[in-house]
Amino acid sequence: MNETAQDQDTGFHTEDMTISVGPQHPSTHGVLRFVVKTDGEVISEAIPDVGYLHRSIEKIGEKVTWHGYVPYTDRADYLAAMFANQVFCMAAEKLAGTPVTRRGEFCRVIACELNRLASHLISVGTFGQDIGAMTPFVHALRERETINNLMEEICGARLTYNYIRIGGVGYDILPETCTRISEFLDHFEPIVDEFNRLLTGNKIFIERLAGIAVVSKEDALQYNLVGPNLRGAGIKWDIRRDIPYSVYPELEFEIPVGTGHIGALGDSFDRYWVRIRELQESCKIVRQCLKMLPKGPAISKVARKFKPAAGECYVRVEAPRGDMGFYVISDGSEYPYRVRIRTGSYTAMSIIDKLSKGIMLADLIVLIGSLDVDAPEIDR
Amino acid sequence: MQAYLDQLIQGGAFAGMPREVVYAIGMLLAAFIVLSAFVAPLAGVTSWLERRVWARMQSRVGPNRVGPQGILQWLADGIKNLLKEDIIPTAADKKLFSLAPYIVFMGFLCAFVVIPFGGHLIVADLNIGILYILAVTSLVVVGILMAGWASNNKWSLLGGMRSAAQIISYEIPAGVSVLMIVFLAGTLSMQGIIKGQGWAPWDWYLFHNPFTFAGFFLYFTAALAEGNRTPFDIPEAESELVAGYVTEYSGMRFLFFFFAEWGNLYVIGAVATTLFLGGWQVPPLAIFENSPMLLAVAQFVTFFLKAYLWVFVAMWIRATLPRVRVDQLMSLCWKYMVPLSFICLLGTVAFMFVPADGQRITSAAMFGLGVAITIIFFLRVGFQIRQAKPELYFKPHI
Repeated sequence: MNETAQDQDTGFHTEDMTISVGPQHPSTHGVLRFVVKTDGEVISEAIPDVGYLHRSIEKIGEKVTWHGYVPYTDRADYLAAMFANQVFCMAAEKLAGTPVTRRGEFCRVIACELNRLASHLISVGTFGQDIGAMTPFVHALRERETINNLMEEICGARLTYNYIRIGGVGYDILPETCTRISEFLDHFEPIVDEFNRLLTGNKIFIERLAGIAVVSKEDALQYNLVGPNLRGAGIKWDIRRDIPYSVYPELEFEIPVGTGHIGALGDSFDRYWVRIRELQESCKIVRQCLKMLPKGPAISKVARKFKPAAGECYVRVEAPRGDMGFYVISDGSEYPYRVRIRTGSYTAMSIIDKLSKGIMLADLIVLIGSLDVDAPEIDR
Repeated sequence: MQAYLDQLIQGGAFAGMPREVVYAIGMLLAAFIVLSAFVAPLAGVTSWLERRVWARMQSRVGPNRVGPQGILQWLADGIKNLLKEDIIPTAADKKLFSLAPYIVFMGFLCAFVVIPFGGHLIVADLNIGILYILAVTSLVVVGILMAGWASNNKWSLLGGMRSAAQIISYEIPAGVSVLMIVFLAGTLSMQGIIKGQGWAPWDWYLFHNPFTFAGFFLYFTAALAEGNRTPFDIPEAESELVAGYVTEYSGMRFLFFFFAEWGNLYVIGAVATTLFLGGWQVPPLAIFENSPMLLAVAQFVTFFLKAYLWVFVAMWIRATLPRVRVDQLMSLCWKYMVPLSFICLLGTVAFMFVPADGQRITSAAMFGLGVAITIIFFLRVGFQIRQAKPELYFKPHI
């Protein structure tokens, strides 16, 4: 029981109200829970409670073969399954010294960037819905549906892809698929503008986001925010550019950072705006990859009984929710000795308590949405 | 009604019954018929229409299975909700919890008493008509607050408190905007207000002077807020408060709240039509002169369509806009709308001293402005539609 100042002023007995936001709450994006203490609508404390979606993905890694673990990585973050596939395969390749074919690398980048589009569409769409705008959410999901169709054509799955394999990709991207992808991009790029006209430019939307839950540069670094959350705070850090992997060094793309042109630098709007601009950048990357797609095999020859040399490695990629890293130890056997996944949402959860002090209950929803935390990725 | 009952009593139809009881039973029967034959379908069809319109704007299909184009969806939903278990939480205050939906329901239903659907098509042309509407629609807040408190749930409580603060605040700009028209018409009666206007748009109070023109938008915004509609739907804000004051309700009681919401939407449109848009006024054509039935139908259709236009606008707004925060809602009301509405009120009063010729010129000018605004609006809508991709799916074959 937390007695507030009003007690002395008025003599009335007041106490903070403890509310449990979640685990079944419409806008916690899965099963998250926050124990929120509020004074009326103003939050004095919001303690995240994670662990409702723990599936022991890391432990499973020790029990299945290297090849067999790839489908499990899909489940680490179901909205961006391709990236977990890629980072685990990169770790395995690094340990075993397996080369990746050049066409395989391009296929990976195309698939990953399409996946990034899908993930960011979910993010900005549900963000709109959290604020009460229903239509942008449905429009975003409509576009994502087409991406899912493309993904289905590329690898036969719509959500958990299991596409990227050790040594390359499971299936080659066919020429007609390439045509459809570029047709989709032609269609999609104007849609981003339409989305901006519908939602981003909306006065109410801006009022709700600007200046809410400002993350300073220092806080962003100290709390280890990654991805769009970090870039929203104005720090230009992108694994694709700073610790290059795959064929990203050959591609031209910009790294959007928050500018604080509406409200303050590092507020919710900046984080949202970074995602919107990353949609456009991803489109650019996919176009370049389609143009540069070389001929050749999509996957190199990899032993069925894949046994990398004993050793350990940490590999990271730039997933939609930021730096996703796999720490993998091999003891030279058919099974990984240890797998540990580092995800962006988990660290983003830690800053929520700090940012939520003194904001209103409705802003907590904005904050969670703008950090784009994703329950399966937090608990793994 | 009363005369008809008197006739029956004299005929000896209700031998031995006190006259008052007969009246009461007669009124209840009439209310039941009006309720089941007009208000229920109206709210129900509005719910269906909202879902369809909303779905179209979101490139979805919407309910289209029950009846032609799904128009009977509301009946299916009603039956489903009737059959559902009516859960009253153990910790809830049972009496208040059960009572709350009916109070909300009554609040909006009573408003139908004075809504003038036509020259003679009105239940009771009370001489305090518009005041009566303001009074009974305020009952809704009592019901919502009751629901929020009795549920014994923190989300419900927050929703109820938000709703109370919101509805009470927005009563002021709405009331002051109404007052403007009352000054112009010199009467509180709904029929009187309509008779003060003409059939032509430039005779409407909307275009009477710049202040009533602004007052209309103030009224409509405030009415949306009173009706808990987006962008002011914070009491039930499903992404923040789970479902606000209806969190603990299920089955028919839950439906009553939404019944009231959709019915209220029509009340908002009807009041706006009555006050600002000339109500049921139709052009004095020759065919109406010798056929009062045709005239009544034409009046009803005119009124209904005008009112429904604003229902449609409310749906459109709901599909477009996000939700404001609770403190932004309050500052919008108290910092902008309340002062503006008082300025409009004073302006209207000052305008009443302008001679009739000047008033006519202003009306014409305001009408021109209104037309210009409408044209610009539709040009922008047309631009959006041309830019938009209407296909549901980009390429079905993918």
